[in-house]
Amino acid sequence: MENILLLAHTEADGSLGKAGLEALATALSLGGALTVGLVGAATNAAAGQIAGCGAVRFLAVTGDAFGQPRYATDAAAAEALCRAADCQVVLAAGTSRWARALPGVAYRLGGRVDTHATSLAMAAGAPAVTRWFYRQRMEAVLSRTQRPWVVLLDPGCVAPWPGTPGAPGTATVEAVSVEPPATRTTVTGYRAPKADEQTIRPDAKMLLVAGAGWTKKQADGAVHATEAEQLILGFLRQAQASLGGSKSVVDQGGEGEAVLHCMTHMNQVGQTGSTPRHAKGLSTCCHGEEPHVVGWRFVNQRRAINLDAGCGWARGKADVLYVADAFEVMRRVNALLGA
Amino acid sequence: MNTPLQIVVCGSFVPDPLQTLEPVTGPAGPSLKNEMMLPAVLDPWAGHALFEAANLARNTPGSKVWLVSLGAKAKLQQVMMTVAQKAPFELVALDGPASGFTDSFETAAALSSAIEGIAGLDRTRLLLFGGWESASRGAGSTMQMVAERLGITEQFQGVDQILVSDDGSFEVLERVEAGRHQVSVCTGLPALLGWATGNLPEPRNNPQVGMANMRTVMPALQRAKAAPIASAGLAFASVTLPKQQRQTRIVKDMPAEEIAREIVAWMGEE
Ligand SMILES: Cc1cc2nc3c(=O)[nH]c(=O)nc-3n(C[C@H](O)[C@H](O)[C@H](O)COP(=O)(O)OP(=O)(O)OC[C@H]3O[C@@H](n4cnc5c(N)ncnc54)[C@H](O)[C@@H]3O)c2cc1C
Repeated sequence: MENILLLAHTEADGSLGKAGLEALATALSLGGALTVGLVGAATNAAAGQIAGCGAVRFLAVTGDAFGQPRYATDAAAAEALCRAADCQVVLAAGTSRWARALPGVAYRLGGRVDTHATSLAMAAGAPAVTRWFYRQRMEAVLSRTQRPWVVLLDPGCVAPWPGTPGAPGTATVEAVSVEPPATRTTVTGYRAPKADEQTIRPDAKMLLVAGAGWTKKQADGAVHATEAEQLILGFLRQAQASLGGSKSVVDQGGEGEAVLHCMTHMNQVGQTGSTPRHAKGLSTCCHGEEPHVVGWRFVNQRRAINLDAGCGWARGKADVLYVADAFEVMRRVNALLGA
Repeated sequence: MNTPLQIVVCGSFVPDPLQTLEPVTGPAGPSLKNEMMLPAVLDPWAGHALFEAANLARNTPGSKVWLVSLGAKAKLQQVMMTVAQKAPFELVALDGPASGFTDSFETAAALSSAIEGIAGLDRTRLLLFGGWESASRGAGSTMQMVAERLGITEQFQGVDQILVSDDGSFEVLERVEAGRHQVSVCTGLPALLGWATGNLPEPRNNPQVGMANMRTVMPALQRAKAAPIASAGLAFASVTLPKQQRQTRIVKDMPAEEIAREIVAWMGEE
């Protein structure tokens, strides 16, 4: 196996996040000599956290300028680490930070990049990437001759490196010095979208998808958007579930339509939304059309509640379809969860 | 914001998402079955970039929008028939593959040289837009490499909002983990913004805008340079469709209380 560089940035608290530890586990599984390259305002704690992982070298670009998730500084740090490590394969977690910065770094190094890898493994003596094309409609296994080959591994695909028992160790870290490049960008903070509370929980076991049916006229001829919102939020709280929406429900708001205030475009699942990873998913008041269901590719167990026995979920897209009124069912589900 | 903006949007077409797609493998690598026959639409996130660009340009007198598109010429022409009615722009067309299986590195090279060829474009003031990912390759790597080739290192991805101030600085909201936005302030151009959904609805078709655009779209298509993308060094071992069908158990006439119990029991299973 060729030599591997694992690039990892620290989190706000100075540690390595779960996605970084997953990429580390993948890097270790390949069997080549591993160099770890760390980036952050401070990198000592992160180096200590993985000191026992078996890497042959630890490199770090450290400094306040490298604490901000920002293209110019992240790209400069990653480029310097790649040059110092001189490895053929560069692996990193597909965090928003690395997804922004590493494609440009691959270009600077004359290499190539593949993102959204669900696996990087040896096949016939060479590393091969598995990834999806056309919004999770088809899965391909591919390899490249160019080096360095930068691969971003999607979070949630493998178990994170479990760590070594006992207290954090001490790694001998070689500092790679990088003059922070001139940049006009300053990260000033974070903002949660309009919703009053966090509804997107990537690590949740359960995904609740709410579709446009929640805001449509019900059997009594009236719209019950307020109750819909209460039922949805009640379920999220009790089940600590993550909330997804169909495109129809997140696009609402024009022309006096009823809206669910807890929904934003960030919640949208599907072709033009996200493809979250959860063990289980419950779809409610959503028709289960293909552009929506492609976003369920990585939701293992799927159940749906819909009044329409002929909806998309019935056609092999869900394990169970309950032909029922979601208001009725979710009222009772919430009562049972709260009991 | 008073200074006119120069916005270059990179975006091509993708198969209509309602179509069933099937991979086929030929001597030149994988492609889609009947690719040229499939109805196509403007790549959705690139579309959001275009609509945001048009909106910015409308609010900043004297501004101009270019749409740089790499795709098979005949198909581009079809897609332009509707896209041209949505927003005013000047098309720069490149005749080459828009397939998801082509390499982003080479695509970026073709796009950046097309941008370099735009007469009168002041690249020191460029706002480069694109989708943060395509709906074909879905890599989210092309635009960063286009920008690098153009020397642009103020880069943002997963953008949902830009607010430009009178002094030319701007605030950007980028999607990051756990449903949050990262807020950045950038004091000036050039910059790259890879757009997520943004905040604008798809504009209604406006035949007048369409007619004005078509005056430049047709000559641009005629002029389109060939941009073969060889995807050198990239080899596909397999491209397969997932096993899609589940054996759906359809539960009718079960009382809501019982369904609720079943769901709660299922939630508790490992
Ligand atoms: C380019 C493009 C991209 C797209 N991208 C996406 C995407 O990313 N994500 C996405 O979701 N869609 C996407 N779509 C749209 C998609 O095709 C569907 O239009 C959309 O998913 C429909 O949303 P829905 O099921 O919530 O709404 P509807 O189709 O309106 O369905 C509402 C459902 O609610 C049910 N219902 C109503 N009341 C109740 C009740 N009391 N109890 C139980 N069920 C009830 C109804 O039976 C119905 O099935 C895209 C389309 C295109 C063309």
